Amino acid sequence: MSALAYSADEMMTVTAARQLEDGSVCFVGIGLPSAACNLALRTHAPHLVLIYESGTVGTRPAVLPLSIGDGELAETADCVIPLPEVFAQYLQRGRVDVGFLSAAQIDHFGNLNSTVIGSYAHPSVRLPGSGGAPEIATHAREVLLIMKQSPRSFVARLDFLTSAGYLGGSGERRRHGFPGRGPRAVITDFGVLRPHPESEELELTAVYPGVTPDAVRAACGWPLALARELEVLPPPEEADLRVLRDLHARTDAAHAKPVRIQLPPSAERK
Amino acid sequence: MPFLSLSQAIGRHVRDGQSLALEGFTHLIPFAAGHEIIRQGRRRLRLIRMTPDLIYDQMIGMGCAEQLTFSWGGNPGVGSLHRLRDAVERQWPHALALTERTHAEMGVAYKAGADGLPCGLMRSYAATDLDRAQAAPVASFACPFTGERLRAVPALNPDVTILHAQQADREGNVLIRGIIGAAREAALAARCLLVTVEEQVERLAAPMNAVVLPHGLIAAVSIVPGGAHPSYAAGCYARDNRFYLEWDAISRERARFTEWMREFVLASADHAQLLRRLEVAA
Repeated sequence: MSALAYSADEMMTVTAARQLEDGSVCFVGIGLPSAACNLALRTHAPHLVLIYESGTVGTRPAVLPLSIGDGELAETADCVIPLPEVFAQYLQRGRVDVGFLSAAQIDHFGNLNSTVIGSYAHPSVRLPGSGGAPEIATHAREVLLIMKQSPRSFVARLDFLTSAGYLGGSGERRRHGFPGRGPRAVITDFGVLRPHPESEELELTAVYPGVTPDAVRAACGWPLALARELEVLPPPEEADLRVLRDLHARTDAAHAKPVRIQLPPSAERK
Repeated sequence: MPFLSLSQAIGRHVRDGQSLALEGFTHLIPFAAGHEIIRQGRRRLRLIRMTPDLIYDQMIGMGCAEQLTFSWGGNPGVGSLHRLRDAVERQWPHALALTERTHAEMGVAYKAGADGLPCGLMRSYAATDLDRAQAAPVASFACPFTGERLRAVPALNPDVTILHAQQADREGNVLIRGIIGAAREAALAARCLLVTVEEQVERLAAPMNAVVLPHGLIAAVSIVPGGAHPSYAAGCYARDNRFYLEWDAISRERARFTEWMREFVLASADHAQLLRRLEVAA
């Protein structure tokens, strides 16, 4: 059988999905994390419990949500709870195993910026801001990050620290008493970075088939260290690609669908 | 609790310079009320919303706001809120002061406001740049019982909170179904609560622990079918994701944004007319 054709994005999403264990409770960010979690749910992790910050707990959407609060998430959830309860009674209370996040910038200790490029008072780019990320990065037992790699996003110095990774490394996060361990892996479109056991600096531990360490380093804004043993990750399986492509096709169709609202006769035509 | 038309409710209860929270987390965003505030030309508002969303992008771009308290200011799943960015990056149409929190902090702040407390509590670890950048920062202190570090977030008590909901009964009790965000806390924290609803019914068929806002809490209810569009009302109509995608191009440039607001929002006498212009309603 000839090798399957797949894109770097698909390889990244499939690799991210494979990091999720069946039965774990995952707090999901929108975008790339959401696609990976929903792929995992439909392949190897049917008992994955997905929580979105809109208060939808145990949700199994048939199409990927565009927003964190699409109706699809509520209709397919075990329960829908108020937002203050999601953050206080699930996340802060320690009921979340994995936080799955993305950001605009990441540094070599897995700290994240989703707030500004430039200075806070006079930003050159005002990014959306923190949302739920700072507390997810703090309280989830561990964190998975998924980000496309470029020297502009993988930076030596963050413009702004929105969410804590390992702070300055070498146990600083632990010394501050953070309940969650911090980022376990950063899945990129080149491979996977993991923290060094002592320094906690991110190093390249795995690449996708055909990716060279030099290419990964060229797409990183700090001098990226290589792990002693570099794993080459297996490509997506046919089933992964079929499920992922179906999911995206259904999603695109759903998002393009026009909405029609039936006004009652009392809403007079003017 | 009187039933008022939306234009009467806004005219009577929303004043220049007030702090104003239009809540609803992705779901039930009171777009019709926001548009009416734009039509009535309110100025210097201190806007509060966890996710400013398209409605605050429009209000900011139309010059209604001088301050924004928020926790995530993007177009969900699409990208930037271009009018918010233009106000922050280039002070257009004028400067916008920011108070920025996390979602969890906003939830705690609304809940404290609803509970009649000056602040709400959460656990505290290392300070982030967000803490350091705020003019009104959160504060850290030791728990008097255990010594654990806690952070105190100042309460939010909006002058006016506006919500959209599915139903009101004859007396003006209001039922909300589906994703609620921090809308109930924002309602109970407010000095004045206005609600728009999809429909009026004889009786709310609400289970006992449903989210019902009793009529005594509410200053005015307005019946505005489709009042959350392009957000949605569960059980009535879906989120107009296509519009959220289109907003990116509409809002990117000042001229096209201004023209769109004039052609659609300002030229429509009310929300029903706007929905027909958008070809969302027949």
